[in-house]
Amino acid sequence: MNAVLEPALPDSVIGRMYGQPIFDLPKDLYIPPDALEVILEAFEGPLDLLLYLIRKANINVLDIPMAPLTAQYLEYVEVMRHHNLELAADYLLMAATLLEIKSRMLLPRPARADEADEIDPRAELVRRLLEYEQVKMAAARLDELPRVERDFEWVGVFVAEKVVERQPAVSLHDLQLAWLKIARQSRLKRHHTIQREELSVREHMTLILRKLRDDAFVVFESLFDPELGVPGLVVSFLATLELVKERLVVVTQNEAFAPIYVKRADGAAGID
Amino acid sequence: MGLPESIEEFKRVLETALLAAPAPLGVGELRRLFDADPGPDLVRRLLGELADDWRGRGVELVQPAGGWRFQTRLEYQVYLDRLKQERPPKYSRAVLETLAIIAYRQPVTRGDIEDIRGVVVSTNVLKTLESRGWVDVVGYRDTPGRPGLYATTRKFLEELGLRSLAELPPLTEIERIMDLVDLPKTEEQAVQG
Repeated sequence: MNAVLEPALPDSVIGRMYGQPIFDLPKDLYIPPDALEVILEAFEGPLDLLLYLIRKANINVLDIPMAPLTAQYLEYVEVMRHHNLELAADYLLMAATLLEIKSRMLLPRPARADEADEIDPRAELVRRLLEYEQVKMAAARLDELPRVERDFEWVGVFVAEKVVERQPAVSLHDLQLAWLKIARQSRLKRHHTIQREELSVREHMTLILRKLRDDAFVVFESLFDPELGVPGLVVSFLATLELVKERLVVVTQNEAFAPIYVKRADGAAGID
Repeated sequence: MGLPESIEEFKRVLETALLAAPAPLGVGELRRLFDADPGPDLVRRLLGELADDWRGRGVELVQPAGGWRFQTRLEYQVYLDRLKQERPPKYSRAVLETLAIIAYRQPVTRGDIEDIRGVVVSTNVLKTLESRGWVDVVGYRDTPGRPGLYATTRKFLEELGLRSLAELPPLTEIERIMDLVDLPKTEEQAVQG
């Protein structure tokens, strides 16, 4: 960054510490203490730092020289204690671990009958380092996997139904049916213009009497012709009543709700 | 709706359903599209043909966890990004390493994660992964404090285009080195467990 801002500096400058340019990343196990703070930010923890120190020095993880590694590490922690205390706890624990391993390695080991059972005090640290390195690499590869919204998008056709509250479907046919129903109802409720009908009660009285000509009982309903329509039926009814009133027909019913019969009255016999 | 007239018509039905679906569709669901069940083999064959049909387009038919779905091809993301208001989040190493541990070692407790990473795992790291819907607590270990056991979710697989955890990048080289380490039995189990 700073190299970009100040082009006068040589390309090899990788950063600045307290105003002084830094030209190289630290080599070997030695890191200038004042450069540590910069590097520190890049580490994810003590294991990460240890791995860095080991890989940088091309040390075989399986054969870690504990003395120089511990010394280098402690130097680092010392800087941390001055600059970044809240991070120090994890690092201090590792420092203690390193010192413990170092001291155990310094202790003379009693010769054992079974050499194979002997455990290198570094084994646990090595295991943790390798496991962490594995995770570190796995994390990097996981990050490289194509990820939705970063590397690709899911494709979907916008379907409006999903955002609108689901409503019942209405077809054209439904609309037609609804309209017909309304039309039928309005016909029933239609205002009627009253006109004098060219229907004569008298004429119907005659028609009825003709139907009763056989001098027999006729079922009341049969006197009414549905084809005449409501006005015609009414007139027929009035005509019947008129006939009854004029004692031209006899209407009989044996009991309630029983069929009603109509018959010519005797007095009408002479009409024909 | 009866049986589609032709194979082409069959494919168009599958294509339409996949495009209109809000989530991946499995073969089982796709079979339900038709009055007469075409059977899993035919559906799979037609999905394969459909994927071929879309070759060379900006969109491809893929099969992540949970079924088939259409998605844009990786090479066009650079253009799509220009229409976006904000950049997708870039996760810190802490988040990614925690995710890796959960993905490869699940189910794990926060303590397990801390052991492997050698640092305290901040609550924010786990919150980030949980709110993304990539990990959740699937149980509790029967130890003091009953720590929650974290595992990756189906959404994690879907969003990374994986069919199963088996498709995670393999942990190869390091494991070979690990094998060389002469570890006591108990520790070896701890590594594998």
